[in-house]
Amino acid sequence: MDSFWLIPILPLVGFLANGLVGKRLPKQAVAWIACLVVAASLLLSARAFYALMQVPPEERHVIHPLFTWVESGDFVARFEFLLDPLSAVMMLLVTGVGLLIHVYSVGYMWAGEGFYRYFAYLNLFMSSMLLLVAANNLLLMFVGWEGVGLCSYLLIGYWYFKKSASDAGKKAFVVNRVGDFGFLLGILLAFLTFQTLDFQAIFQQLGPEGEFAAESGKWGTLSWIAFLLFIGATGKSAQVPLYVWLPDAMEGPTPVSALIHAATMVTAGVYMVVRLNPLYSLTPGVSGLVATVGIFTAFYAATIALVQRDIKRILAYSTISQIGYMFAAAGVGGYAASIFHLSTHAYFKALLFLGAGSVMRALQNETDILRMGGLRKYLPVTYWTFLAATVAISGVPLTSGFFSKDEILVRSFSSGHTVIGIVGLATAVLTAFYMFRLFFLTFHGEQRLAPELRRGIHEPPPSMAVPLVLLALLSLFGGYGYGYLEGFLEPVTGEPLPARGEHSEALVLLTAVASGLGILAAYLFYVRNPTWAAAAQQALGGAHRLLWRKYYVDELYDRLFVHPLKRVSDHFLWRGVDERVVDGAVNGTAGLVRDLSGFLRQMQTGYARAYATWILLGTVGILVYYWMGG
Amino acid sequence: MPTDLHYLAILPEIITAATGIAIMLLDPFTAPQHKGRLGWLGVAGLLAAGVAGAAQSGRTMTAFGGMVQLDSYSVFFRWLFFGVSIGTILISLQYLKREGVHHSEFYALVLFATTGMSFMAASVDLILMFIGLETVAISTYVLAGFKRSDPRSNESAVKYFILGAFSTAVLLYGIAFLYGQTGSTRFDRVAEALSAQGPSAFFLVGLALLLVGFGFKVAMAPFHVWTPDVYEGAPSPVTAFLAVGPKAAGFAALVRVLYSALPDMENHWGDVLGLVAVLTMTVGNVAAITQSNIKRLLAYSSVAHAGYLLVGLVARNELGISAVLYYAVVYALMNLGAFTVVVIWSGAGETRVHLSDYAGIGFRYPFLTGCLSLFLLSLIGIPATGGFMGKVFLFAAAVQSHHVGLVVIAVLNSAVSAYYYLRIIVIMYMQEPAAQVPSVEIPVPAAVALVLAALGTLLTGLYPSALLDLASRSVLAVR
Repeated sequence: MDSFWLIPILPLVGFLANGLVGKRLPKQAVAWIACLVVAASLLLSARAFYALMQVPPEERHVIHPLFTWVESGDFVARFEFLLDPLSAVMMLLVTGVGLLIHVYSVGYMWAGEGFYRYFAYLNLFMSSMLLLVAANNLLLMFVGWEGVGLCSYLLIGYWYFKKSASDAGKKAFVVNRVGDFGFLLGILLAFLTFQTLDFQAIFQQLGPEGEFAAESGKWGTLSWIAFLLFIGATGKSAQVPLYVWLPDAMEGPTPVSALIHAATMVTAGVYMVVRLNPLYSLTPGVSGLVATVGIFTAFYAATIALVQRDIKRILAYSTISQIGYMFAAAGVGGYAASIFHLSTHAYFKALLFLGAGSVMRALQNETDILRMGGLRKYLPVTYWTFLAATVAISGVPLTSGFFSKDEILVRSFSSGHTVIGIVGLATAVLTAFYMFRLFFLTFHGEQRLAPELRRGIHEPPPSMAVPLVLLALLSLFGGYGYGYLEGFLEPVTGEPLPARGEHSEALVLLTAVASGLGILAAYLFYVRNPTWAAAAQQALGGAHRLLWRKYYVDELYDRLFVHPLKRVSDHFLWRGVDERVVDGAVNGTAGLVRDLSGFLRQMQTGYARAYATWILLGTVGILVYYWMGG
Repeated sequence: MPTDLHYLAILPEIITAATGIAIMLLDPFTAPQHKGRLGWLGVAGLLAAGVAGAAQSGRTMTAFGGMVQLDSYSVFFRWLFFGVSIGTILISLQYLKREGVHHSEFYALVLFATTGMSFMAASVDLILMFIGLETVAISTYVLAGFKRSDPRSNESAVKYFILGAFSTAVLLYGIAFLYGQTGSTRFDRVAEALSAQGPSAFFLVGLALLLVGFGFKVAMAPFHVWTPDVYEGAPSPVTAFLAVGPKAAGFAALVRVLYSALPDMENHWGDVLGLVAVLTMTVGNVAAITQSNIKRLLAYSSVAHAGYLLVGLVARNELGISAVLYYAVVYALMNLGAFTVVVIWSGAGETRVHLSDYAGIGFRYPFLTGCLSLFLLSLIGIPATGGFMGKVFLFAAAVQSHHVGLVVIAVLNSAVSAYYYLRIIVIMYMQEPAAQVPSVEIPVPAAVALVLAALGTLLTGLYPSALLDLASRSVLAVR
């Protein structure tokens, strides 16, 4: 058991090795180092998982201390890891999917430059993610939390010479900072309230013997903590209103989208809520908000995905939507269901991205699905594995996605959240529709490829094909262990609600029908009568445009936040500006800003007498303050 | 009172001052190409002073009729100042030669300024504190104008001098008011008198003027207006020194005055400093966003960081002051480090100080840009760096004393600041380089300073306990 601490450390070693000397190593060596450290972490995680199963459920809680990190008076934070069912499941998932994507990346990234850099970042990401999952206190979790954000930013901007890529990286980072602002405040407030940041010590105070009661009906301190932390989660996990960075994040290499922006990092917010479930259980107001934001995001993102043309963007909105489901589940108290969907989603969404990568590789980075079509006969392995993932995400009965989605819907209805359940069902229809639209447009129908792309379409090498097949198996059959998973997680997530009421059979049927409806509609529109799609687009002109432009949210945020801030800042300048950051687009902004800026411009005239005046004014200001306040 | 002079108590200051004088005396006998040796003499003097300071750690004594106090607090800051000055000399050695101003007065002035800073942290009397402050100020006026033939440097020095003289007058005026009210300049007697009398209008005027004087030194808004111009025009190593040394010394003296002389008046200075903190952080960060000159950008960043440091002061608890000390060290490490890169990259005549001059150099100069990225990440407050832990301590202290609103604004500010720090990293790694990337050589002493600063930034982030322990033991002398 003592090797447990190596699980997050090994990828860090890989990062250091590849980062420091990778440039001088042959590509084979870089690839082996990167994959082996992750494989070793996977083995250690599996061992830890196994060891955990050998002890009775109530003892499945092992703390692995490393050292005392910070100690100052009553401010204590230890560098220690927690092994319990939740962290064990998450570590297996992260290292397992991570390993497959590392292997896939070897083939996918082989041709490009900076091979070592890519794997160094990827290993650093694994290390941070495992730290996040294994941390035993909020501060250490935050280190991992920021670490994964940093890696995500580095990898989105990996092709830094593309302006769109570096802009996207910056956007991801800045939006995440807004979320982290909430998260950090939440941590500080938690420290103020509990005088500790250790999970167990906090849970003890929240328990029956503690002094905290459930905050139903009013918003007390606990609710504020839960709310602030949830703001962090909306940033990291791309929920409304902070989801805007994820679609742009698709500028990164496709395996990165699979690993970071689909399977693991973006689900960190869900993990955090589940990890802190004793807190969220005591704050029904915030839990309701979590569920509402989640289900709204699920539906909202699904509507955008209906009309997009870029294969990776559709998958990005689909990810946002599916994470919405997970939050909805956590919000209604179905913590185990949430983690269940998190894991099945990791399989099929990673597979979808890797499949998309395989398609893009065959078509020289074409991403527009309207310019694909008929790829089925050229890419059989990709076709069949992609189909497996598509049926899973669409919730076709007996696939993994069906079970996990059904579980979420059951939880929603049985806990009395009928509206959430209904919206969830509607979203399921949309999901099946847009996924099969993507699938049919890509692989079926007539070939719409640009002529120069038609030659040389070929299947990926084995290092890419094998992960596809393995993930396809997981997507199809990974849902059968739920009963076991729920029981295993029970020490962390608490007793499952007495859910399975008499409606559950009906719900199974409804879920299946929802999935079938969506698929049928997609089939009618895109296979049977391709002209219908164009006709529908014509008929729905305005609505279609609204969805196509993603509800104009990016433009709105630019107007509301980005421009005003730059504008105020710009007027502090008084010389030496050679790039006008603010363009004429906001010239119409209210006169108030202009007056303020004119006032502030006086501040930096460059004249010493003006500066002296400011000092004098400041002095007078303080004196007046004292005079008024006594 | 000749009996309680206790020269030993100020041995480190004696060593730094004597070394400075020795450098000036040896200058005429040193060939122009060997001026660097006098710089190394300065380093040796600072190291010796540090050893002398270490020998005194753990002891507490007052000297010179109760004007100087030797305690763990003064020892803490002495080490910081000596370290900062060593760093400054290390990055100046090559710079002065490159810019053709290799006069050994530079090193002497750094040592004199160090002596002044050291006295500021150790003084428990308003008069000595003022003398220390003036010693620093006058030395740095000259340093700012050290490149005599460069109009930018001249402009910087003149502005700094005029405004500095102005603020000094304000500060002295404040001291006069305090003396008039309490009848003493010694901190303990001031405190006694005030707790007996309670605040009066006379006292409040004095306090206000005192805060303004310090506000100028540590660049709190709106008394920060001089910083961008002065920092931009001064020779870059001097800018580094100004941003780090005198600012830390200002905080050292401010903390001591507030907690030793005015402890009962904390309601009167706490709220004002809270407001000033908000203003300082916000002005610094918002103004930094659109800067295109890296020295100006770092100038505004240093204004913003003064705001964060004030948060710890406003907290008015033990963790708060410990955090101020902790952050002062971290701040010194990351800023000295960042400015070192600026010094190296700017090239002869400091021609490359525009942000666009950093375009695409990321992979050409991995050491330089890697270090700079680390310092910038620390300035943002990314975990695993000292900047993160420092902010956590500062903000946690303020939360502990229920200044939640202040902390919200501070955290929001640091979120905004990510934007402009990050921009530099983006420019370095993600933009097309200029047609011809100039080649620079990295002088060994500067590289040593860079490595030390980088290690310090990482170490304080990964293992903050050691420094925090030291800081919290040091504040006991003040509280």
